[in-house]
Amino acid sequence: MSQIYAVLVDGVMYAAWLFLVALGLTLVYGVLKILNMAHGSLYALGAYAGVTLIGPWVAQGGNLYVSYLLLVLAAIVAGGAIGFIMERGILKRFYGQDPVVLLLVTYALFLIMEDAIKLVWGVDPYTVSEPYSFLGNFDLGDLSYPNYNFLIVGVALVAGIGLTAFLKFTRSGRLLRAVIHDREVSQAMGIRVSRYFVVTFMAGAVLAAIGGALTAPTVSVAPGMGVEIVVLTFAVVVIGGLGSLPGAAFGALLVGLVRASAVHYWPQGELFSIYIVMALVLAVRPKGIFAPLEARKI
Amino acid sequence: MSSAISSQLRTPGTWLAVAGFVVIGGAGLALPQWQFLVSVALSKGIVALGLALLLRTGLASFGQALFFAVGAYCVGLGMNDYGLTELFALLAISMLVSAALAFVLGFLLARYRDIFFAMLTLALSMICYGLLLNNVELGGSDGFNVNAPTLGSSAEPWQLTGTNLFAVGLIAAIVCVMGVALYMRSTPGRLGPAIKDNEIRVEYLGTSARANIHLTYVIAGALAGLGGALQAFNIGHIDPDMAFWTTSGEFVFIAVLSGTRFAFSPFIGALLLEVARAMAYRYAPNTWQIVMGAIMLAIIAFLPGGLTSLGLGRRKPAAAHPVTQTKTATDAA
Repeated sequence: MSQIYAVLVDGVMYAAWLFLVALGLTLVYGVLKILNMAHGSLYALGAYAGVTLIGPWVAQGGNLYVSYLLLVLAAIVAGGAIGFIMERGILKRFYGQDPVVLLLVTYALFLIMEDAIKLVWGVDPYTVSEPYSFLGNFDLGDLSYPNYNFLIVGVALVAGIGLTAFLKFTRSGRLLRAVIHDREVSQAMGIRVSRYFVVTFMAGAVLAAIGGALTAPTVSVAPGMGVEIVVLTFAVVVIGGLGSLPGAAFGALLVGLVRASAVHYWPQGELFSIYIVMALVLAVRPKGIFAPLEARKI
Repeated sequence: MSSAISSQLRTPGTWLAVAGFVVIGGAGLALPQWQFLVSVALSKGIVALGLALLLRTGLASFGQALFFAVGAYCVGLGMNDYGLTELFALLAISMLVSAALAFVLGFLLARYRDIFFAMLTLALSMICYGLLLNNVELGGSDGFNVNAPTLGSSAEPWQLTGTNLFAVGLIAAIVCVMGVALYMRSTPGRLGPAIKDNEIRVEYLGTSARANIHLTYVIAGALAGLGGALQAFNIGHIDPDMAFWTTSGEFVFIAVLSGTRFAFSPFIGALLLEVARAMAYRYAPNTWQIVMGAIMLAIIAFLPGGLTSLGLGRRKPAAAHPVTQTKTATDAA
């Protein structure tokens, strides 16, 4: 019985982390219709920015509660700046071309980012685990979980609910939905589409970076951490339906639970069970489970 | 008939291919220290050749590494488990198994376009990567070594290494380029760019876009399997990373860099990539991907037809798709 609980809790924690990273990816696709291959690099960038800021802070004995804020702050600054440069500097020039061309452009950005990170931070791993152990553990039956994982669940919930509320209730959110629905008519109605594009891309980049920054204390931050997560988040958003927020949540939950079950009942299947789910979902519903309806334009 | 073919052969593409293979062959034979590098480039070029066919049809497969790995593992298994070392048998098995797998997967994939095609191919190759990584009989994450293939069935068969192996790769590449060049001029081959332009129009012309995509995918799969088998011989080692998505990304990179105008195009990109990588390992181990990425961006921005769209033969076609161009104009406004 406790194994089922373990699967559930592990699955939800993993899902929350995935959702946090995948949220930005699906948001960017929803608005800009770009499937951003560099998303994993932005995640890695957030992780590096995070350890760079809190490393000295922790070493000097700074307040550990503040370190969490510093992680998020580092992610916002780094993700926002690089997101702005990427969108204004490069992506902007390729709008309106085939989706495949934009995919290749972001693949090129991915290549550039991977090496740029190595240039700035070198190839040696960074480890700052104090914020992770500081929060202590939480006992659930005979299982013990680090409280830090609950922090990530909390942040993922806040990000998901916050973004949904923003889209639903604020004026800018409603205008953004208009842009998602029909780019050209929105433009004709006087919405500054290009401004929404750059802000959305920056938001997506910041979300990826926050995901990376909050993961940083739990792993050793090293080159290649972005490569692993690109396909994982792709699986999540494709399962849910590209551009759909509830879809990303559902996809993350499904992938999280499948992976947790695999870890407990079928360890060899951990890696590819996720892609089997992705292939199965796509085989049945080619555009994912919650694929947003698209208006047919004639 | 024969005169029609010979007149079709006198095109810039043919001259490019002949000149290219003379240069490649000459370099490989005259400079033994370059043989390995050129052999690797030829194998990757064969994979990218299949990918270029898909790109002509408007499809980017981020999963060609699947067939690349399957081809290589066919060689490895054939040698280690069945004691098969005969070159032609191993190459044929690799191609057939890859083509059969592509045929089966094609029923699913031929329904997909754009990003969904890219994503699904990527997922399938990652499943293969996971399977290979976890399978202890297949060497797990370490993979295993592959011996030199042999030629001839006499008591003392001929071991193919060094220059001989290079010659095998070169001949395979020439045969593939000739085959693909002929295919590109056949009716199904000409349908590729038409599907990219306007799939509905192709359907109204009375032919099935889906069947054509399926066929193209099988050809691309067989070529990737052949490339993987040759790569197994070249490197002498196979491991699951051959199926990882970054390997597929490299093939996409080669195909986009080269362009899809001529059957020979992918070999230019493959050769440039390998030379650049060799230089980079020596002079700039941590920045070479930046250079690659920047080159790719520049190619997409300024030469949408790839490197081989530069001043060879007629200038006109390549990038000029009226439909996408009008779309660009309105969207960029």
